[in-house]
Amino acid sequence: MTSSTSLSASRGERRITRRRRLVELGLFAAIVLALMLASQMMNPFVVMKIMCFAMFALALNLLMGFTGIVSFGHAMFFGGGAYMGGYAIKAFGWPLEAGILLAAAVAALLGLGTGVLAVRRHGIYTAMVTLAFAQMLLFLAIQAPFTGGEDGLQSIPRGYFLGLLDTRSEFQLFLTTLILFVAVFLIVFRTVHSPFGQTLKAIRENEARAISLGYHTNRYKLAAFVLSAALSGAAGAMKAVVFELASLTDVSWHTSGEVVLMNLVGGIGTMLGPIAGAAIIIGIQEFLSGIEDWILVINGVIFVVVVIAFRRGVVGEAIGSLARREGR
Amino acid sequence: MEIFGIPAQALYGQLALGLVNGAFYALLSLGLAIIFGLLNLINFAHGAQYMLGAYVAWMLLSYLGIGFWGALVVAPLVVAVLGMALERGLLRYLRDVDQIYGLLLTFGVALILEGLVAQSYGWSGMPYANPLPGSVDLGFMRMPMYRLVAIAISLVVCLAVWIAIERTKLGAYLRAASEDADMVQAFGVNIPRLIMLTYGFGVGLAGLAGVVAAPVYQVSPAMGSNLIIVVFAVVVIGGMGSIAGSVIAGFGLGLIEGLTKVFYPAASTTVIFFIMILILIFRPSGLFGSTR
Amino acid sequence: MTADTAMLSVRDLHAWYGESHVLHGMTLHVGRGEVVTLLGRNGAGKSTTMRAIMGLMKKRSGSITYEERETITLPPHRIARMGIAYCPEHRGIFSRLDVQENLELPPVIGADPLTLDRVQAMFPRLVERRHSPGTKLSGGEQQMLAIARILRTGARFLLLDEPTEGLAPIIVKQLGEIIASLRTIGFTILLVEQNFRFASGFADRHYVVEHGRVVDEIAAGDLAAGSERIRAYLGV
Repeated sequence: MTSSTSLSASRGERRITRRRRLVELGLFAAIVLALMLASQMMNPFVVMKIMCFAMFALALNLLMGFTGIVSFGHAMFFGGGAYMGGYAIKAFGWPLEAGILLAAAVAALLGLGTGVLAVRRHGIYTAMVTLAFAQMLLFLAIQAPFTGGEDGLQSIPRGYFLGLLDTRSEFQLFLTTLILFVAVFLIVFRTVHSPFGQTLKAIRENEARAISLGYHTNRYKLAAFVLSAALSGAAGAMKAVVFELASLTDVSWHTSGEVVLMNLVGGIGTMLGPIAGAAIIIGIQEFLSGIEDWILVINGVIFVVVVIAFRRGVVGEAIGSLARREGR
Repeated sequence: MEIFGIPAQALYGQLALGLVNGAFYALLSLGLAIIFGLLNLINFAHGAQYMLGAYVAWMLLSYLGIGFWGALVVAPLVVAVLGMALERGLLRYLRDVDQIYGLLLTFGVALILEGLVAQSYGWSGMPYANPLPGSVDLGFMRMPMYRLVAIAISLVVCLAVWIAIERTKLGAYLRAASEDADMVQAFGVNIPRLIMLTYGFGVGLAGLAGVVAAPVYQVSPAMGSNLIIVVFAVVVIGGMGSIAGSVIAGFGLGLIEGLTKVFYPAASTTVIFFIMILILIFRPSGLFGSTR
Repeated sequence: MTADTAMLSVRDLHAWYGESHVLHGMTLHVGRGEVVTLLGRNGAGKSTTMRAIMGLMKKRSGSITYEERETITLPPHRIARMGIAYCPEHRGIFSRLDVQENLELPPVIGADPLTLDRVQAMFPRLVERRHSPGTKLSGGEQQMLAIARILRTGARFLLLDEPTEGLAPIIVKQLGEIIASLRTIGFTILLVEQNFRFASGFADRHYVVEHGRVVDEIAAGDLAAGSERIRAYLGV
């Protein structure tokens, strides 16, 4: 087992060209359009939920796909952000954008603390350590006075976004979510294609070599961890506003597992995979909303099937087959 | 009598409870350590397999009238056989890919098991009759008979497993194969079968823990997933893959948890995680772990 | 040695580490009771040949027959049970086992194995150190242990991968005597060696390996003529 067999994306991804970046951006624009259409044709809250989880999954993918660090505790940032943002908006009457920024900042701090310890270990150790940290935060959330315990932090008010969009209106709430979603995508996109992102990929492919080239790899990994945590926190805060609720589920290991699943299904290490994965998983859950107990089983089955037969995910497989066709 | 301002009875009571918890931590982390040593797999399904052990015991009692002592033998075997089928059918195909996929696969299996059990029996817990009611006078305190027996079972099993690994031929194969499975296979040992049996044995221990836990806690679908994450922290503290480390850390952390409940109850659910953080800072490979 | 009387026949063997193709049509034969060496530079494919014979290369093709039975599709433990034992370059001593446990670890796989007493008589040093952890031994002692433990399994065919590597001349000399004595008691040995002078003491034939295939074969008798060629191959 060599490090290059790790959660690396398809080989084609490495040879990504300028043209392919444009294709990615074009496809993303199509996705945005599709989301807008979907919000008119179906329950817009489902679409908003997809966007919130897509942001979360994109944030995790920065770590899991593009740096090779597997976090199994990312719900701590998402849920932490949901509580923080929700509380600031509800208790202090902060505007929406301030709540989201606070959530991102708190999640970043949390990510710094966790990341310092997590990046020192590798692979499955990191997964276990992050899982344990998230569980600790869950227990703290159960006890903390402001989280509302089992009931969660309820009726988080919807106010103005940037003083322009009144999120009490369903459509403007949708637009707000969409703006944040596009912003998160562009941040991840920009990061991945920056020199910093190239270094992260080099670390993913072969950390020992990156070290021998003089990189302080742990600093890079930590930076990626903190950025990923901050974006997850922002996603959590947005989710709290959309659903007017931050709850223990947001911090639970189920949520951590779900976001890993979204990446796995969509395609680890691809730009569009997390979005596809979030849409698929949320879509299935909505479709099965009458029989909620089965969601656990279905999620489990998807995990098993994807891990055994389909490790590159939907988008990864698509890129792979395109690359094969071009190669011919 | 008081100790540090705490009534001695309360202190002993919590310590005893801590030891009971520790008994389960030890059994579970021991199984995880054995599996990790040979398969390089973090068996996320371990908690679900523990839960399954408890449910099998419950079903044996409810449907077949087989009591606790019978279940103590049968249920671990059932869990072990199911585990071996899982190894044979799925895990085997992940041997040449990144170890994280094994974690993801067993995570999925845990979700399936938990969901199926919840689907069949509901989320709320079910009681399992205490096979040994009554209590024993230990001189300094009275202790429920069954809890004493639970601790004893765990201690005996952990010790027996340790002896089996350190002193028998099969244990020597296991230790050697954990270091270099190819080499042992080149000597003529059927490593695929050893792997299957080892996985079955490890999860059988989880099933056994589940049976022992059934009369202490409620039998519920989530009983394993809540426990297993704490056990992961125990494993990180003890040192990945260390047999002795897992047992000592298991009982030790159970005791520490009990003490915390006496002196600072609010921290009792998080104290193990705090210790894990300290270990990660000062001794990243764990108390008994080798750096690998 | 011809193919039809050979104990072990390797024909057109290919093997890969992941994507990299390391054996390119290796062909060689070892007759019963022979000691045959594989000579060649580092990376020529000698160790890989041994691993492939043992079944330890996941991706391999071609034909390997042992006592006329095809083994190319068999897993390592089945190949071992046919009577082949392997002593790898890194010696494969287990640190979590003491010397005695290391010695007794390999299961007995053949009829008429050497008894433990006899093996211990050949390697008295291992008896003295029997309770030390395996990896606390010196390099020479570890090599002795690695050879000793496959002698008591009843295997008749030994694959020894660079047993002299990194050892002091005095130990190398002892090893030479041991291998020569193994030959007299009927073991068949395929030996990887870079130390040609060591091997020439007891080997029947030498194969020269380059780029994953056999490029030359030199009989022990031709040594005078052959050593010039070997020097050219090995670049020494």
